[in-house]
Amino acid sequence: MNLPIYLDNNATTPMDPRVLEAMLPYFNAKFGNAASRNHAFGWAAEEGVDYAREQVAKLIGANEKEIIFTSGATESDNLAIKGVFEMYKEKGNHIITCVTEHKAVLDACKHIEKLGGSVTYLPVKSDGLIDLAELEAAMTEKTILVSIMHANNEIGVIQPIKEISAIAHKYGALYMSDSTQTVGKIPVDVNADGIDLMAFTAHKMYGPKGVGALYVRRKNPRVKVTAQMDGGGHERGMRSGTLNVPGIVGLGKACELCRLEMGEDAKRLSKLRDKLQVSLTELEESYVNGNVEHRLPHVANISFKYVEGEGLMMAMKDLAVSSGSACTSASLEPSYVLKSLGLSDDLAHSSIRFGLGRFTTEEEVDFAIKQTKHAVNHLRDLSPLWEMFKEGIDLDKIEWAEH
Amino acid sequence: MAYSEKVIDHYTHPRNVGTLDKSSSKVGTGLVGAPECGDVMRLQIEVDDKHMITDAKFKTFGCGSAIASSSLATEWLKGKSIDDAMKIDNMDIVEELALPPVKIHCSVLAEDAIKAAINDYRVKNGMEALESAKSHH
Ligand SMILES: Cc1ncc(COP(=O)(O)O)c(C=O)c1O
Ligand code: FES
Repeated sequence: MNLPIYLDNNATTPMDPRVLEAMLPYFNAKFGNAASRNHAFGWAAEEGVDYAREQVAKLIGANEKEIIFTSGATESDNLAIKGVFEMYKEKGNHIITCVTEHKAVLDACKHIEKLGGSVTYLPVKSDGLIDLAELEAAMTEKTILVSIMHANNEIGVIQPIKEISAIAHKYGALYMSDSTQTVGKIPVDVNADGIDLMAFTAHKMYGPKGVGALYVRRKNPRVKVTAQMDGGGHERGMRSGTLNVPGIVGLGKACELCRLEMGEDAKRLSKLRDKLQVSLTELEESYVNGNVEHRLPHVANISFKYVEGEGLMMAMKDLAVSSGSACTSASLEPSYVLKSLGLSDDLAHSSIRFGLGRFTTEEEVDFAIKQTKHAVNHLRDLSPLWEMFKEGIDLDKIEWAEH
Repeated sequence: MAYSEKVIDHYTHPRNVGTLDKSSSKVGTGLVGAPECGDVMRLQIEVDDKHMITDAKFKTFGCGSAIASSSLATEWLKGKSIDDAMKIDNMDIVEELALPPVKIHCSVLAEDAIKAAINDYRVKNGMEALESAKSHH
């Protein structure tokens, strides 16, 4: 077992060696520009891209013509939201999203508001799921797009996207899903799930960084987005720029491996995740954040009350995890996702996200359990709040210095 | 961002962790920060008749730099008079621990805790409180 142990697979995943192998020829031998139609170098590159497009489409039940390659999920989110807003201006100017979305979606929506659009940010319930009745109540004639993520990156909670897309369609709006955390991890089928646009990225599924895709539906209905990057008219005019051929080939291979292996991976990882969660919640005053039934199989977000996340991570020195604590960020605000579940700030500061992945072993999980327990106990020995809690002092009744 | 060796040393082997009897007239207690802000520091000093600090203890809920800052503070406090202790500046802590700019407020918190502890002792013993905490983040 090598230390440190990587348990931050929601941030990014290591590349699968098989993906790297598939990519390598496209850096040198097959270096051509996929848009060069007149020679063998171009054809070889184009062939690689075409094959990747099929591999990607197959994973999500799409047609390969519906795949637009981008630089990643951030770009895909932006293209979908801004592109739909521009393209469907005549029809309406209202977009619905939710407060736990990734910044790429939230900030694209902020941009829409600056352009005169109107955006509804749905709250979430304490388990992280949106309320479908609230969604339906927010729909208007002017609603052109509902953008609700598939699974959340911090807590792994999976939204009921079939029901959400049905509501969007009932009111004539498109449904867009940021599926960055789910594609390649759990089954996603654009037709069965009623998805019109979908963002995802290679580096969350054992592929390379800097490449992703936007699924854009071509039939029932035919969806169009206005390009946000103008130029040579690549990707059916929706995203110009010379294609990142090795990256795209890597995304394709990553999708193929996920299609073949995600069932097994998910089964194995959910067992390990459950083991981790059961052991760690044996610690007093530890709480799992978010719905545990509708949740990605490889994620557990746990708050260890009375210890602060960054301090805790420092004691978990052989584990690479992440925390919702403000001390880990430049701002002094703890995670907005955890806060929107209604978590008090101190619980948000005390949270640790464990994200398992394809290469996580049981031995590593056992080690992680041991080191985390040790760290929590060590930090609690240092914590004045833990001492007060143990003495039965009600921390809410203390007048803390204002900030 | 990597931590300095000194931060890691204080964090891994914190000095003077513990609790003094806060009801004693010889003990000054400073409790600063707030759980919602992710940092709470409790620093206590025990002072003799000559106003010399004979013992210091801390407990901190916060990041590694906050824990290291308070551990260092207790080391510095022991053996100082309360007047000299009042002169400890957060920038001394920043320098000693090589804290990066984003962690300066952790040292400010330690300075606040020192001042709060001294003032608590002063007020308990019939002296007026001195300039209050430097700032809040
Ligand atoms: C839900 C979600 N959306 C979007 C992104 C951004 O993806 P990318 O890094 O490919 O731009 C991420 C990853 O950070 C994510 O988790
Ligand atoms: S206590 Fe929050 S950054 Fe140090």
